[in-house]
Amino acid sequence: MNKLEYAPSAPTQGTKPRTNGPRIHTAHADDSPESPPVLRAAPDPQAVPPVRTIVLDRPPEPVRPPAQREAVRRALDADGPERLRLEDVSVAYSSKTAVRSVSLSIHQGEVLALIGPSGCGKTTLLRTLNRLTELTPSATRSGRIVLDGHDIHDLEDTALRARVAMVFQQPNPFPMSIFDNVAFALREQSRRRPRRPELEPLVVDALRRAGLYDEVKDDLHRPALRLSGGQQQRLCIARAIAPRPEVLLMDEPCSALDPISTGVIEELIHELRRELAVVIVTHNLAQAQRVADKVAFMYLGDLVEYGPAQQVFEEPRAPRTRDYVRGAFG
Amino acid sequence: MSAQGGLSVAAAPRRGRGSSMRTWRWSDRLVWLAAWGAGLLLCAVAAAIVIYMGYRGVQYLRPSLLFSHPQPSGNQAGSGGFLDPLIGTALLTVIGIVLAAPLAICSALWIVEYGHGGRVRQYLTRIVESSIEIVAGTPDILIAVFGVAIFQLHFLRFASEGSEGGGVTGRSFLAAGAMMSLIALPPMFIATRDGLQAVPTHMREAAFALGKTRIATIRRVLLPSVRPNIATGVTLGISRIIADTAIVLVLLGDELRLSPHHGGLPVFNLLRGAGSSLTSYVYDNSPAGEGAAPQKAYAAAVVLLLFVLLLNLAVESIARRQSRSGGSLAIGGFV
Amino acid sequence: MQRLKKPWTDHRAELLLGAVSLSTGLIVLFMIAFVTARAWPTFAHNGLSWLAPGGSLKVQVEGMLATSTKPPASAYHVRAWPIIYGTLLITGLAVLLALPLAVLSAVFIVELAPLALRRTMIRVVRLLASVPSVIWGLLGILVLVPFLGNHVITAAERTSLQNTVQLTGAGLIIAVVLLTLMITPIMVALTCDALAAVPGAWREGAAALGVNRLRAIRAVTLRAVRPAIVAATVLATARALGEAIMISMVSGSVFFSPRPSDGVAFLFEPVRTLASTIVDFREGLGGAPALNSTLYAFALLLLFSVFVLSLAGYLVKLPLRKYQVRG
Repeated sequence: MNKLEYAPSAPTQGTKPRTNGPRIHTAHADDSPESPPVLRAAPDPQAVPPVRTIVLDRPPEPVRPPAQREAVRRALDADGPERLRLEDVSVAYSSKTAVRSVSLSIHQGEVLALIGPSGCGKTTLLRTLNRLTELTPSATRSGRIVLDGHDIHDLEDTALRARVAMVFQQPNPFPMSIFDNVAFALREQSRRRPRRPELEPLVVDALRRAGLYDEVKDDLHRPALRLSGGQQQRLCIARAIAPRPEVLLMDEPCSALDPISTGVIEELIHELRRELAVVIVTHNLAQAQRVADKVAFMYLGDLVEYGPAQQVFEEPRAPRTRDYVRGAFG
Repeated sequence: MSAQGGLSVAAAPRRGRGSSMRTWRWSDRLVWLAAWGAGLLLCAVAAAIVIYMGYRGVQYLRPSLLFSHPQPSGNQAGSGGFLDPLIGTALLTVIGIVLAAPLAICSALWIVEYGHGGRVRQYLTRIVESSIEIVAGTPDILIAVFGVAIFQLHFLRFASEGSEGGGVTGRSFLAAGAMMSLIALPPMFIATRDGLQAVPTHMREAAFALGKTRIATIRRVLLPSVRPNIATGVTLGISRIIADTAIVLVLLGDELRLSPHHGGLPVFNLLRGAGSSLTSYVYDNSPAGEGAAPQKAYAAAVVLLLFVLLLNLAVESIARRQSRSGGSLAIGGFV
Repeated sequence: MQRLKKPWTDHRAELLLGAVSLSTGLIVLFMIAFVTARAWPTFAHNGLSWLAPGGSLKVQVEGMLATSTKPPASAYHVRAWPIIYGTLLITGLAVLLALPLAVLSAVFIVELAPLALRRTMIRVVRLLASVPSVIWGLLGILVLVPFLGNHVITAAERTSLQNTVQLTGAGLIIAVVLLTLMITPIMVALTCDALAAVPGAWREGAAALGVNRLRAIRAVTLRAVRPAIVAATVLATARALGEAIMISMVSGSVFFSPRPSDGVAFLFEPVRTLASTIVDFREGLGGAPALNSTLYAFALLLLFSVFVLSLAGYLVKLPLRKYQVRG
């Protein structure tokens, strides 16, 4: 197969291809007559089966209507300021090199997707950006990573992680209420413990930016662990963005979620990139296509290709990239 | 993209700058200090006990004490050793384990193998587990009191001596040993149950597929595979029995030496009689008991402590042989 | 469809094993029944005021020692409040001291200690947990009591109380300190296991939010192990309630209720608990009915409080469940 299934049928120059996932037919009142027919109860065994459609019981709610999204995106085509710069970074776990000599640049206003097959070092690279690899005793790192002009090696790790936030693959809300989860970083990062009236507007704002507020606003003191998987992940995103970090790192945030939640979170990423730089690790090429502005392809620890998403997916320079993107290996 | 330069990865510094404690809140620093203090305090207490007991042991413990009988005497030089208390402790341990082991192993087997399926069974399982929990949580003095209540019943007079007035003393090695079995029951049960639950299902299924009945599977396959667990449980039970004092004081009568019953079968006479154990010897020789013989009390206490420490080491070595990885944090088995 | 028949050896074995297993339940039932039956006469004669203060317990109990096999009703008169108060006082103080000590030690062992020190600490906790109570008592009575009696208690304190009670050093403070040291290892062991079982995802999440280590421990990990801390406290309190030998050796063996109004001397006053009284008067078990029944009544009260404690622990854990992971 030489074309990915989810690529749009007619990519035009100047606009990045962006679909919201697989073609989902929803039971809207304004169905156009040309839409494919719903599966009949007793199909004629001789006939060719019609195209199946997935009927949802609840339509997904986009954060804003499609026309406005395009307008926002076009305004952001110019890159924002550079937030993170990696210079010749290598990471090893006790003599086994996981990442070899990677140099990248991450700007505000853009989403960088790290793609590559399993074990290629993309998660290790992501975790190095907020020095989370130091939790593993055997990890070593060389090269420079510069956050807004400061080498992160010289920053205190708590100060660094206050500016570079992370969302994990499995949602991991703390065993507290929703409010306490989102307020966690706000409470614990500061020297003086802020009081409830100061925290409330910040918590509400973070939940709104994460697209969760409408669903939980009736009771913010419910235990966080009672939420569904997609809601928990959005709660984790709200928790991460509450202290207004500069960079948001996402380690395969949707791999444990169903397609609807995935769509909602991808929409969210699109919104968040205005105020943050987002780095997302994903093994799902379709998601990378939908979400990314820049793409870095890694293979066995090496950075093989790095460039704008459209270029990497449609005109990859390295043959290995071409093979991976076309599905020759995974 | 792969420029060479900078340090090689293996020689690179491992950690960047950590958060210095100067940026922590005061309460955090206090808690950090308090945690270190608490840990070191426990270390200090343990070291103090070991060192002090060691010092007293070197001072007062002589091998002759282990092999000579205690004599009732006013001064310490003439009061003999503690052979009888040692024998007493050994007797109690044997009786306790012999009575507790079948109970513990059968209960664990029944719960793990037959305890599932059907509401009646689950109800019964709950009863058995709750009973053992209750026994585990009952203080030893209560078990001793219960023992007296039971063994002073007329129909159990074979287990102890008769007293004046036609009653039953209810105090003997048998009575004390029976109650010791209740003390040893919970650790043995828990160890055996956990071992049985850890046996993977496919072992049982393989045995059934070969046509073996359930009871044969238990005898030939399961019990051999949980032998280390049973050994751990038995060792824990022994350490609880030899350390117990309340049951001995209440149920073993007040004799310094073994005083068997008269008339009847020889071994049974011993069991029906009274005596003392190492723990009651320590108690009686301390100022709390009759005795003004603190030297003997120290000597016996050191022997007791050594036994307990050896049993601890035994449990640790069994556990280490079982899990080759070692270093698990599980302290729980000792309580 | 016909039910599959079990082989009859299996059936027999199952019945046998089941019968043996249920005998533990029978033992527990008998225990409760016998102790209640023996204790009944005391409650019948005294009613609920048995728990109240009134008169001198020393006179009452020691009076019973002299009674015969058919004592008059007045011989059963006892007011047990002094030793109930002693039990509550000693247990309460010991648990109050042991709780922070145990939680801090557990945090130290699991989170803060370097690896070599951690292994040593585990051995230390195991050692402290297995020291027999008679050895704690021996060290108390041969080392701590003389130290207190000769070097700490002042003559002024002694004379101020010479008409009520004699201060020998054996008393409240030594009993409380030793009891604290006895119950701390249990709590440390349970809390350590719980701390080690906290999912790594929470630790990572807290670290990734830029929260320093101790804050992460206090705000997330300790919250997550709250049910385990409750369970450990219940277990430790039950152990403290039932401790008889050590207390009997170091707490002075005098029927006295320590009075906080005495100032510092309050710590040195002797005290007796339910369990230590049973040990001190153990010859009376099975002897004269008055004393016998009274001692069983003490035992029944102890049994009752252990049950209530377990129930209370279960109830306290219920509201904590809603914040934990389901299942």
